[in-house]
Amino acid sequence: MNGKLTSMHDAVAALVRDGDRISAACGLEARIPYAAGHEIIRQGRRDLTLVGPISDALYDQLIGAGCARAVEAAWVGNVSTGLGYNYRRAVEEGVPCPLASVDYTNLTVALGLRAAADGVPFAITRSIAGTDFARQTDVFRSIVDPWTGESVMAVKAIPLDVAIVHAQRADENGNAQVLGNLGTTVESVRAAKRCILSVEEIVPAESLTITPNATVIPGFLVDAVVLEPLGAHPAPVPGISERDHAFYAAYSDAARTRDGFAAWRAQWIDGVSDRRAYRERLRMFA
Amino acid sequence: MSVTYTPRELMVAAAARQIRDGNVAFVGMRLPLLGFAVAKTTHAPHAIGLFENGLIREDPPAGFVVTMGDGPNQRGATSATSLADVMGLLQGGRVDVGFLGGAEVDERGDLNTNIVGKTRLPGSGGASDIAAHAKRCVYIMEHERRRFVPRVHFITSHPRASVTLITTLGIFVLGEGPARAISLHPGVTRATVTAETGFPVVFHKASMTAPPSTAELAAVRHFDPDGFWTR
Repeated sequence: MNGKLTSMHDAVAALVRDGDRISAACGLEARIPYAAGHEIIRQGRRDLTLVGPISDALYDQLIGAGCARAVEAAWVGNVSTGLGYNYRRAVEEGVPCPLASVDYTNLTVALGLRAAADGVPFAITRSIAGTDFARQTDVFRSIVDPWTGESVMAVKAIPLDVAIVHAQRADENGNAQVLGNLGTTVESVRAAKRCILSVEEIVPAESLTITPNATVIPGFLVDAVVLEPLGAHPAPVPGISERDHAFYAAYSDAARTRDGFAAWRAQWIDGVSDRRAYRERLRMFA
Repeated sequence: MSVTYTPRELMVAAAARQIRDGNVAFVGMRLPLLGFAVAKTTHAPHAIGLFENGLIREDPPAGFVVTMGDGPNQRGATSATSLADVMGLLQGGRVDVGFLGGAEVDERGDLNTNIVGKTRLPGSGGASDIAAHAKRCVYIMEHERRRFVPRVHFITSHPRASVTLITTLGIFVLGEGPARAISLHPGVTRATVTAETGFPVVFHKASMTAPPSTAELAAVRHFDPDGFWTR
Protein backbone atom coordinates (compact mmCIF):
# COMPACT_ATOMS: atom_id res chain seq x y z
CA MET A 1 0.00 0.00 0.00
CA ASN A 2 1.16 3.47 -0.89
CA GLY A 3 0.52 5.44 2.31
CA LYS A 4 -1.84 4.11 4.97
CA LEU A 5 -5.12 5.73 3.88
CA THR A 6 -7.07 3.11 1.96
CA SER A 7 -10.48 1.52 1.44
CA MET A 8 -11.79 -1.23 3.72
CA HIS A 9 -11.81 -3.60 0.76
CA ASP A 10 -8.11 -3.07 0.13
CA ALA A 11 -7.18 -3.09 3.82
CA VAL A 12 -8.83 -6.47 4.41
CA ALA A 13 -7.52 -7.87 1.12
CA ALA A 14 -3.96 -6.94 2.04
CA LEU A 15 -3.87 -7.58 5.77
CA VAL A 16 -6.31 -10.36 6.78
CA ARG A 17 -5.38 -13.89 5.67
CA ASP A 18 -7.06 -17.26 6.03
CA GLY A 19 -6.09 -18.84 9.35
CA ASP A 20 -5.21 -15.53 11.04
CA ARG A 21 -5.74 -14.82 14.72
CA ILE A 22 -7.71 -11.57 14.83
CA SER A 23 -9.29 -9.38 17.47
CA ALA A 24 -12.25 -7.16 16.60
CA ALA A 25 -13.54 -7.04 20.16
CA CYS A 26 -11.60 -4.31 21.92
CA GLY A 27 -14.49 -2.10 23.03
CA LEU A 28 -16.75 -4.89 24.41
CA GLU A 29 -19.94 -3.10 23.36
CA ALA A 30 -18.63 0.25 22.09
CA ARG A 31 -16.71 0.90 18.83
CA ILE A 32 -17.15 -2.64 17.49
CA PRO A 33 -15.60 -2.63 13.98
CA TYR A 34 -18.59 -4.01 12.08
CA ALA A 35 -17.54 -2.44 8.76
CA ALA A 36 -14.28 -4.42 8.81
CA GLY A 37 -16.03 -7.58 10.00
CA HIS A 38 -18.57 -7.39 7.18
CA GLU A 39 -15.80 -6.89 4.61
CA ILE A 40 -14.06 -10.01 5.98
CA ILE A 41 -17.32 -11.92 5.44
CA ARG A 42 -17.72 -10.53 1.89
CA GLN A 43 -14.17 -11.58 1.01
CA GLY A 44 -14.83 -15.07 2.37
CA ARG A 45 -11.94 -15.41 4.84
CA ARG A 46 -11.79 -18.85 6.46
CA ASP A 47 -10.34 -20.57 9.53
CA LEU A 48 -9.93 -17.38 11.56
CA THR A 49 -9.42 -17.50 15.32
CA LEU A 50 -11.54 -14.76 16.90
CA VAL A 51 -10.01 -13.36 20.07
CA GLY A 52 -12.16 -11.58 22.71
CA PRO A 53 -13.02 -10.36 25.34
CA ILE A 54 -16.44 -9.38 23.88
CA SER A 55 -17.46 -8.14 20.43
CA ASP A 56 -21.19 -7.72 21.10
CA ALA A 57 -22.79 -9.52 18.10
CA LEU A 58 -19.96 -9.25 15.51
CA TYR A 59 -18.36 -12.60 16.37
CA ASP A 60 -21.77 -14.27 16.12
CA GLN A 61 -21.96 -12.91 12.55
CA LEU A 62 -18.44 -13.99 11.56
CA ILE A 63 -19.15 -17.46 13.01
CA GLY A 64 -22.48 -17.71 11.17
CA ALA A 65 -20.75 -16.75 7.92
CA GLY A 66 -18.30 -19.63 8.31
CA CYS A 67 -15.22 -17.42 8.70
CA ALA A 68 -14.00 -18.88 12.01
CA ARG A 69 -12.66 -22.19 13.25
CA ALA A 70 -11.99 -21.07 16.84
CA VAL A 71 -12.99 -18.43 19.31
CA GLU A 72 -10.92 -17.41 22.33
CA ALA A 73 -13.14 -15.06 24.30
CA ALA A 74 -14.84 -14.28 27.58
CA TRP A 75 -18.36 -13.89 26.19
CA VAL A 76 -19.95 -14.55 22.80
CA GLY A 77 -23.55 -13.61 22.10
CA ASN A 78 -25.68 -10.53 21.55
CA VAL A 79 -25.39 -8.28 24.60
CA SER A 80 -28.93 -6.86 24.62
CA THR A 81 -30.69 -10.17 23.94
CA GLY A 82 -28.26 -12.70 25.43
CA LEU A 83 -27.67 -15.78 23.33
CA GLY A 84 -25.69 -15.86 20.11
CA TYR A 85 -27.60 -18.24 17.87
CA ASN A 86 -24.85 -18.71 15.27
CA TYR A 87 -22.34 -19.35 18.05
CA ARG A 88 -24.61 -22.00 19.56
CA ARG A 89 -25.22 -23.71 16.21
CA ALA A 90 -21.49 -23.81 15.51
CA VAL A 91 -20.48 -25.21 18.90
CA GLU A 92 -23.45 -27.54 19.39
CA GLU A 93 -24.07 -28.77 15.82
CA GLY A 94 -20.99 -27.83 13.80
CA VAL A 95 -23.13 -25.54 11.60
CA PRO A 96 -21.98 -23.95 9.29
CA CYS A 97 -18.63 -25.42 10.39
CA PRO A 98 -17.18 -26.81 13.63
CA LEU A 99 -15.93 -24.21 16.09
CA ALA A 100 -13.47 -24.72 18.92
CA SER A 101 -14.17 -22.49 21.91
CA VAL A 102 -11.46 -21.61 24.41
CA ASP A 103 -13.15 -19.93 27.36
CA TYR A 104 -11.55 -17.01 29.15
CA THR A 105 -12.75 -14.40 31.61
CA ASN A 106 -12.58 -10.70 30.81
CA LEU A 107 -9.54 -10.08 32.99
CA THR A 108 -7.64 -13.14 31.79
CA VAL A 109 -8.11 -12.19 28.12
CA ALA A 110 -6.82 -8.69 28.80
CA LEU A 111 -3.84 -10.05 30.74
CA GLY A 112 -2.98 -12.58 28.01
CA LEU A 113 -3.07 -9.83 25.37
CA ARG A 114 -0.92 -7.63 27.61
CA ALA A 115 1.66 -10.41 27.98
CA ALA A 116 1.85 -10.81 24.20
CA ALA A 117 2.11 -7.04 23.82
CA ASP A 118 4.99 -6.96 26.30
CA GLY A 119 6.80 -9.90 24.70
CA VAL A 120 6.64 -12.13 27.79
CA PRO A 121 5.34 -15.73 27.82
CA PHE A 122 2.56 -15.36 30.37
CA ALA A 123 0.78 -13.08 32.80
CA ILE A 124 -0.24 -13.90 36.36
CA THR A 125 -3.57 -13.49 38.11
CA ARG A 126 -5.57 -14.52 41.15
CA SER A 127 -8.70 -14.98 39.01
CA ILE A 128 -10.19 -18.41 38.15
CA ALA A 129 -8.93 -20.21 41.29
CA GLY A 130 -11.53 -22.84 42.20
CA THR A 131 -13.23 -22.68 38.78
CA ASP A 132 -13.30 -25.15 35.88
CA PHE A 133 -11.52 -22.93 33.33
CA ALA A 134 -8.10 -24.51 33.80
CA ARG A 135 -9.59 -28.03 33.46
CA GLN A 136 -10.93 -27.24 30.02
CA THR A 137 -7.87 -25.73 28.36
CA ASP A 138 -4.11 -25.57 28.61
CA VAL A 139 -3.88 -21.76 28.47
CA PHE A 140 -4.09 -21.51 32.27
CA ARG A 141 -1.61 -23.24 34.56
CA SER A 142 -1.11 -22.96 38.27
CA ILE A 143 2.41 -21.84 39.15
CA VAL A 144 4.27 -21.07 42.36
CA ASP A 145 5.17 -17.57 43.48
CA PRO A 146 8.97 -17.85 43.79
CA TRP A 147 9.01 -15.53 46.82
CA THR A 148 6.15 -16.87 48.92
CA GLY A 149 5.53 -20.36 47.57
CA GLU A 150 1.85 -19.50 47.10
CA SER A 151 -0.05 -20.75 44.05
CA VAL A 152 -0.99 -18.21 41.40
CA MET A 153 -2.49 -18.71 37.96
CA ALA A 154 -0.44 -18.16 34.83
CA VAL A 155 -2.27 -16.99 31.69
CA LYS A 156 -0.44 -17.86 28.48
CA ALA A 157 0.30 -14.88 26.22
CA ILE A 158 -2.35 -14.33 23.52
CA PRO A 159 -0.61 -13.17 20.32
CA LEU A 160 -2.59 -11.77 17.39
CA ASP A 161 -1.99 -11.50 13.69
CA VAL A 162 -4.39 -8.61 13.19
CA ALA A 163 -6.02 -6.12 15.56
CA ILE A 164 -9.02 -4.33 14.11
CA VAL A 165 -10.10 -1.15 15.88
CA HIS A 166 -12.69 1.54 15.23
CA ALA A 167 -11.79 4.93 16.73
CA GLN A 168 -13.24 8.42 16.68
CA ARG A 169 -10.32 10.12 14.98
CA ALA A 170 -6.81 9.69 13.67
CA ASP A 171 -4.34 11.39 11.41
CA GLU A 172 -3.29 9.90 8.05
CA ASN A 173 -0.51 7.94 9.73
CA GLY A 174 -2.89 6.18 12.12
CA ASN A 175 -2.10 8.09 15.30
CA ALA A 176 -5.50 7.56 16.86
CA GLN A 177 -7.51 9.03 19.71
CA VAL A 178 -10.22 7.03 21.44
CA LEU A 179 -12.93 8.62 23.56
CA GLY A 180 -14.81 6.65 26.17
CA ASN A 181 -13.99 3.21 27.52
CA LEU A 182 -10.85 1.63 26.07
CA GLY A 183 -11.59 -2.03 26.84
CA THR A 184 -8.60 -3.95 25.45
CA THR A 185 -7.77 -1.51 22.64
CA VAL A 186 -4.24 -0.69 23.75
CA GLU A 187 -3.16 -4.28 24.54
CA SER A 188 -4.69 -5.69 21.35
CA VAL A 189 -2.96 -3.28 18.98
CA ARG A 190 0.37 -3.96 20.68
CA ALA A 191 -0.18 -7.74 20.70
CA ALA A 192 -0.79 -7.80 16.93
CA LYS A 193 1.58 -8.03 13.99
CA ARG A 194 -0.75 -5.90 11.86
CA CYS A 195 -3.46 -3.34 12.60
CA ILE A 196 -6.45 -2.07 10.61
CA LEU A 197 -7.87 1.16 11.97
CA SER A 198 -11.22 2.58 10.87
CA VAL A 199 -12.17 6.07 12.00
CA GLU A 200 -15.06 8.49 11.99
CA GLU A 201 -12.79 11.38 11.05
CA ILE A 202 -9.30 12.04 9.66
CA VAL A 203 -7.72 15.07 11.30
CA PRO A 204 -4.41 16.93 10.92
CA ALA A 205 -1.59 15.53 13.06
CA GLU A 206 -1.17 18.84 14.87
CA SER A 207 -4.73 18.68 16.20
CA LEU A 208 -3.84 15.43 18.03
CA THR A 209 -0.53 16.48 19.55
CA ILE A 210 -2.29 19.14 21.64
CA THR A 211 -3.71 16.29 23.78
CA PRO A 212 -1.24 13.42 23.35
CA ASN A 213 -2.60 11.54 26.39
CA ALA A 214 -5.72 10.74 24.35
CA THR A 215 -3.63 9.25 21.51
CA VAL A 216 -3.77 5.67 22.78
CA ILE A 217 -2.70 4.14 19.44
CA PRO A 218 0.58 5.40 18.01
CA GLY A 219 0.54 5.37 14.23
CA PHE A 220 3.70 3.32 13.81
CA LEU A 221 1.69 0.26 14.94
CA VAL A 222 -1.02 0.86 12.32
CA ASP A 223 -0.88 -0.52 8.76
CA ALA A 224 -4.12 0.73 7.23
CA VAL A 225 -6.29 3.75 8.01
CA VAL A 226 -9.85 3.66 6.64
CA LEU A 227 -12.17 6.65 6.82
CA GLU A 228 -15.42 4.87 7.64
CA PRO A 229 -18.18 7.00 9.20
CA LEU A 230 -20.71 4.79 11.05
CA GLY A 231 -18.14 2.00 10.72
CA ALA A 232 -19.20 0.62 14.09
CA HIS A 233 -22.98 0.75 13.54
CA PRO A 234 -25.03 -0.57 15.40
CA ALA A 235 -22.49 -0.26 18.24
CA PRO A 236 -22.23 3.07 20.06
CA VAL A 237 -19.30 5.39 19.35
CA PRO A 238 -18.90 7.79 22.29
CA GLY A 239 -19.30 11.40 21.28
CA ILE A 240 -20.49 10.42 17.78
CA SER A 241 -23.44 8.02 17.71
CA GLU A 242 -25.73 6.02 19.99
CA ARG A 243 -26.25 2.26 20.09
CA ASP A 244 -28.98 1.17 17.64
CA HIS A 245 -30.93 -1.11 19.98
CA ALA A 246 -33.65 -1.91 17.44
CA PHE A 247 -31.07 -3.03 14.88
CA TYR A 248 -29.53 -5.42 17.41
CA ALA A 249 -32.97 -6.79 18.32
CA ALA A 250 -33.81 -7.34 14.65
CA TYR A 251 -30.51 -9.15 14.12
CA SER A 252 -31.19 -11.38 17.11
CA ASP A 253 -34.64 -12.32 15.79
CA ALA A 254 -33.27 -13.03 12.31
CA ALA A 255 -30.35 -15.13 13.56
CA ARG A 256 -32.61 -17.60 15.42
CA THR A 257 -32.62 -19.75 12.29
CA ARG A 258 -30.01 -20.42 9.59
CA ASP A 259 -32.43 -19.17 6.94
CA GLY A 260 -33.12 -16.02 8.94
CA PHE A 261 -29.42 -15.35 9.27
CA ALA A 262 -28.90 -15.97 5.54
CA ALA A 263 -31.60 -13.42 4.71
CA TRP A 264 -30.13 -10.89 7.16
CA ARG A 265 -26.67 -11.42 5.69
CA ALA A 266 -27.97 -11.05 2.13
CA GLN A 267 -29.52 -7.72 3.07
CA TRP A 268 -26.85 -6.11 5.26
CA ILE A 269 -23.57 -7.72 4.20
CA ASP A 270 -23.62 -9.34 0.74
CA GLY A 271 -26.32 -6.99 -0.53
CA VAL A 272 -24.12 -3.94 -0.05
CA SER A 273 -20.78 -3.49 -1.79
CA ASP A 274 -19.22 -1.36 0.93
CA ARG A 275 -20.02 0.78 3.96
CA ARG A 276 -21.26 3.66 1.82
CA ALA A 277 -23.96 1.39 0.41
CA TYR A 278 -24.71 0.14 3.93
CA ARG A 279 -25.21 3.71 5.13
CA GLU A 280 -27.56 4.37 2.20
CA ARG A 281 -29.56 1.24 3.03
CA LEU A 282 -29.75 2.34 6.67
CA ARG A 283 -31.16 5.70 5.59
CA MET A 284 -33.80 3.93 3.47
CA PHE A 285 -34.98 2.00 6.53
CA ALA A 286 -34.81 4.96 8.93
CA MET B 1 -52.62 2.31 49.41
CA SER B 2 -51.05 -0.57 47.57
CA VAL B 3 -48.45 0.16 44.93
CA THR B 4 -48.22 -2.31 42.08
CA TYR B 5 -44.85 -3.40 40.77
CA THR B 6 -43.38 -6.22 38.71
CA PRO B 7 -41.20 -9.02 40.12
CA ARG B 8 -38.21 -7.59 38.29
CA GLU B 9 -38.81 -4.12 39.70
CA LEU B 10 -38.65 -5.70 43.16
CA MET B 11 -35.43 -7.52 42.23
CA VAL B 12 -33.82 -4.30 41.03
CA ALA B 13 -34.83 -2.50 44.24
CA ALA B 14 -33.43 -5.39 46.29
CA ALA B 15 -30.19 -5.28 44.30
CA ALA B 16 -29.90 -1.53 44.80
CA ARG B 17 -30.24 -1.99 48.58
CA GLN B 18 -27.13 -4.18 48.54
CA ILE B 19 -25.05 -1.11 47.61
CA ARG B 20 -24.26 0.81 50.79
CA ASP B 21 -23.57 4.53 50.60
CA GLY B 22 -19.91 5.11 49.79
CA ASN B 23 -19.40 1.57 48.47
CA VAL B 24 -17.29 0.88 45.43
CA ALA B 25 -19.57 -1.34 43.36
CA PHE B 26 -18.59 -3.51 40.41
CA VAL B 27 -21.58 -3.34 38.11
CA GLY B 28 -22.15 -6.24 35.70
CA MET B 29 -24.28 -6.55 32.58
CA ARG B 30 -28.09 -6.27 32.51
CA LEU B 31 -30.17 -5.77 35.72
CA PRO B 32 -27.22 -4.59 37.87
CA LEU B 33 -26.82 -1.59 35.52
CA LEU B 34 -30.27 -0.54 36.67
CA GLY B 35 -29.62 -1.46 40.33
CA PHE B 36 -26.60 0.86 40.45
CA ALA B 37 -28.59 3.74 38.95
CA VAL B 38 -31.40 3.20 41.48
CA ALA B 39 -29.00 3.01 44.45
CA LYS B 40 -27.25 6.21 43.36
CA THR B 41 -30.51 8.16 43.19
CA THR B 42 -31.99 6.81 46.42
CA HIS B 43 -29.94 5.75 49.46
CA ALA B 44 -26.36 5.60 48.14
CA PRO B 45 -25.51 8.96 46.53
CA HIS B 46 -21.79 8.49 47.26
CA ALA B 47 -21.43 5.02 45.75
CA ILE B 48 -18.91 4.61 42.94
CA GLY B 49 -19.52 2.32 39.99
CA LEU B 50 -16.80 0.38 38.18
CA PHE B 51 -17.65 -1.13 34.79
CA GLU B 52 -15.60 -3.88 33.18
CA ASN B 53 -15.37 -2.07 29.84
CA GLY B 54 -13.17 0.52 31.57
CA LEU B 55 -15.58 3.14 32.91
CA ILE B 56 -15.71 4.60 36.42
CA ARG B 57 -18.79 6.61 37.38
CA GLU B 58 -19.68 8.77 40.37
CA ASP B 59 -23.00 9.82 38.82
CA PRO B 60 -25.85 7.60 37.70
CA PRO B 61 -26.07 7.17 33.92
CA ALA B 62 -27.62 10.03 31.99
CA GLY B 63 -30.66 7.90 31.07
CA PHE B 64 -31.79 4.44 29.93
CA VAL B 65 -28.97 2.06 29.07
CA VAL B 66 -29.01 -1.41 27.53
CA THR B 67 -25.24 -1.96 27.71
CA MET B 68 -22.53 -0.35 29.80
CA GLY B 69 -21.02 0.99 26.56
CA ASP B 70 -24.11 3.06 25.70
CA GLY B 71 -23.86 6.85 25.40
CA PRO B 72 -25.69 7.62 28.67
CA ASN B 73 -23.16 5.48 30.59
CA GLN B 74 -20.17 7.01 28.76
CA ARG B 75 -21.22 10.65 29.06
CA GLY B 76 -20.41 12.13 32.43
CA ALA B 77 -18.11 9.27 33.39
CA THR B 78 -15.55 10.16 36.04
CA SER B 79 -12.86 8.23 34.21
CA ALA B 80 -12.64 6.21 31.03
CA THR B 81 -9.81 3.71 31.07
CA SER B 82 -9.15 0.11 30.11
CA LEU B 83 -10.65 -3.24 31.10
CA ALA B 84 -7.37 -4.30 32.71
CA ASP B 85 -7.15 -1.06 34.70
CA VAL B 86 -10.63 -1.40 36.17
CA MET B 87 -10.40 -5.15 36.71
CA GLY B 88 -6.97 -4.55 38.23
CA LEU B 89 -8.68 -2.36 40.83
CA LEU B 90 -11.07 -5.26 41.41
CA GLN B 91 -8.29 -7.82 41.75
CA GLY B 92 -6.37 -5.38 43.95
CA GLY B 93 -9.14 -5.52 46.55
CA ARG B 94 -10.78 -2.13 45.98
CA VAL B 95 -14.31 -3.38 45.34
CA ASP B 96 -16.84 -3.65 48.18
CA VAL B 97 -19.67 -5.29 46.30
CA GLY B 98 -19.90 -6.99 42.91
CA PHE B 99 -22.97 -8.05 40.91
CA LEU B 100 -23.33 -11.00 38.60
CA GLY B 101 -25.81 -13.50 37.24
CA GLY B 102 -25.75 -16.91 35.64
CA ALA B 103 -27.67 -19.83 34.20
CA GLU B 104 -27.04 -22.24 37.09
CA VAL B 105 -26.18 -21.86 40.77
CA ASP B 106 -25.53 -24.39 43.53
CA GLU B 107 -25.64 -24.25 47.32
CA ARG B 108 -21.90 -23.57 47.58
CA GLY B 109 -22.49 -20.38 45.63
CA ASP B 110 -20.72 -21.57 42.49
CA LEU B 111 -22.21 -20.18 39.31
CA ASN B 112 -22.26 -21.45 35.72
CA THR B 113 -22.52 -19.25 32.64
CA ASN B 114 -20.51 -21.40 30.23
CA ILE B 115 -22.18 -24.66 29.30
CA VAL B 116 -25.08 -26.83 30.48
CA GLY B 117 -24.99 -30.31 28.99
CA LYS B 118 -24.82 -29.67 25.26
CA THR B 119 -26.18 -26.13 25.48
CA ARG B 120 -23.56 -23.48 24.83
CA LEU B 121 -24.06 -20.28 26.87
CA PRO B 122 -22.30 -16.95 26.21
CA GLY B 123 -19.58 -17.39 28.87
CA SER B 124 -18.15 -15.56 31.86
CA GLY B 125 -17.64 -12.04 30.68
CA GLY B 126 -16.39 -10.50 33.91
CA ALA B 127 -18.46 -12.74 36.21
CA SER B 128 -15.66 -15.10 37.19
CA ASP B 129 -13.32 -12.22 38.02
CA ILE B 130 -15.98 -10.37 40.03
CA ALA B 131 -16.73 -13.45 42.16
CA ALA B 132 -13.02 -14.05 42.74
CA HIS B 133 -12.22 -10.56 44.00
CA ALA B 134 -15.21 -8.56 45.28
CA LYS B 135 -15.45 -8.43 49.08
CA ARG B 136 -19.18 -9.19 48.79
CA CYS B 137 -21.03 -10.77 45.88
CA VAL B 138 -24.65 -10.36 44.90
CA TYR B 139 -26.21 -12.71 42.36
CA ILE B 140 -29.42 -11.88 40.49
CA MET B 141 -31.26 -14.84 38.93
CA GLU B 142 -34.57 -16.27 37.82
CA HIS B 143 -35.59 -18.83 40.46
CA GLU B 144 -36.24 -22.10 38.61
CA ARG B 145 -35.46 -25.66 39.66
CA ARG B 146 -33.44 -26.35 36.51
CA ARG B 147 -31.16 -23.44 37.44
CA PHE B 148 -30.88 -24.14 41.20
CA VAL B 149 -28.95 -27.39 41.12
CA PRO B 150 -26.98 -29.48 43.65
CA ARG B 151 -23.77 -28.97 41.65
CA VAL B 152 -23.32 -26.72 38.63
CA HIS B 153 -22.20 -28.38 35.40
CA PHE B 154 -19.26 -25.97 35.00
CA ILE B 155 -17.83 -23.63 37.63
CA THR B 156 -17.55 -20.25 35.93
CA SER B 157 -17.57 -18.20 39.12
CA HIS B 158 -16.26 -19.39 42.49
CA PRO B 159 -16.93 -16.67 45.10
CA ARG B 160 -14.30 -15.83 47.66
CA ALA B 161 -16.93 -15.11 50.36
CA SER B 162 -20.57 -15.90 51.03
CA VAL B 163 -23.08 -14.71 48.48
CA THR B 164 -26.37 -12.82 48.63
CA LEU B 165 -28.68 -14.32 46.02
CA ILE B 166 -31.64 -12.24 44.82
CA THR B 167 -34.18 -14.26 42.86
CA THR B 168 -37.67 -13.91 41.50
CA LEU B 169 -38.88 -15.59 44.74
CA GLY B 170 -36.72 -14.23 47.54
CA ILE B 171 -33.33 -13.32 48.94
CA PHE B 172 -30.94 -16.04 50.13
CA VAL B 173 -27.45 -16.55 51.52
CA LEU B 174 -25.21 -19.17 49.92
CA GLY B 175 -21.84 -20.50 50.94
CA GLU B 176 -22.38 -20.61 54.72
CA GLY B 177 -23.51 -24.21 55.02
CA PRO B 178 -27.01 -24.94 53.73
CA ALA B 179 -28.73 -22.24 51.68
CA ARG B 180 -30.62 -19.89 53.96
CA ALA B 181 -33.62 -17.73 53.11
CA ILE B 182 -33.30 -14.16 54.40
CA SER B 183 -36.66 -13.08 53.03
CA LEU B 184 -39.33 -14.26 50.63
CA HIS B 185 -40.98 -11.79 48.29
CA PRO B 186 -44.59 -10.82 49.09
CA GLY B 187 -46.98 -13.66 48.23
CA VAL B 188 -44.24 -16.30 47.84
CA THR B 189 -44.62 -19.45 49.98
CA ARG B 190 -41.93 -21.71 51.39
CA ALA B 191 -43.47 -24.56 49.42
CA THR B 192 -42.93 -22.68 46.15
CA VAL B 193 -39.28 -22.01 47.02
CA THR B 194 -38.70 -25.63 48.00
CA ALA B 195 -40.32 -26.85 44.79
CA GLU B 196 -38.18 -24.54 42.63
CA THR B 197 -34.86 -25.24 44.38
CA GLY B 198 -32.74 -28.33 43.70
CA PHE B 199 -30.99 -28.16 47.08
CA PRO B 200 -32.23 -27.80 50.68
CA VAL B 201 -33.15 -24.31 51.93
CA VAL B 202 -33.33 -23.31 55.60
CA PHE B 203 -36.17 -20.88 56.34
CA HIS B 204 -35.51 -20.18 60.03
CA LYS B 205 -36.17 -16.47 60.74
CA ALA B 206 -36.95 -15.69 57.08
CA SER B 207 -38.93 -12.46 56.77
CA MET B 208 -40.80 -10.82 53.89
CA THR B 209 -38.86 -8.73 51.36
CA ALA B 210 -39.89 -5.10 51.67
CA PRO B 211 -41.76 -4.04 48.52
CA PRO B 212 -40.11 -1.29 46.47
CA SER B 213 -40.61 2.12 48.03
CA THR B 214 -42.18 4.95 46.08
CA ALA B 215 -38.73 6.48 45.60
CA GLU B 216 -37.21 3.18 44.45
CA LEU B 217 -40.02 2.57 41.96
CA ALA B 218 -39.75 6.11 40.62
CA ALA B 219 -36.01 5.59 40.11
CA VAL B 220 -36.47 2.20 38.41
CA ARG B 221 -39.04 3.68 36.03
CA HIS B 222 -36.91 6.77 35.37
CA PHE B 223 -33.99 4.62 34.21
CA ASP B 224 -36.15 1.97 32.48
CA PRO B 225 -39.04 4.09 31.16
CA ASP B 226 -40.35 1.49 28.69
CA GLY B 227 -39.82 -1.50 30.97
CA PHE B 228 -37.14 -3.08 28.75
CA TRP B 229 -35.52 -4.68 31.81
CA THR B 230 -38.35 -4.80 34.33
CA ARG B 231 -41.66 -5.59 32.62
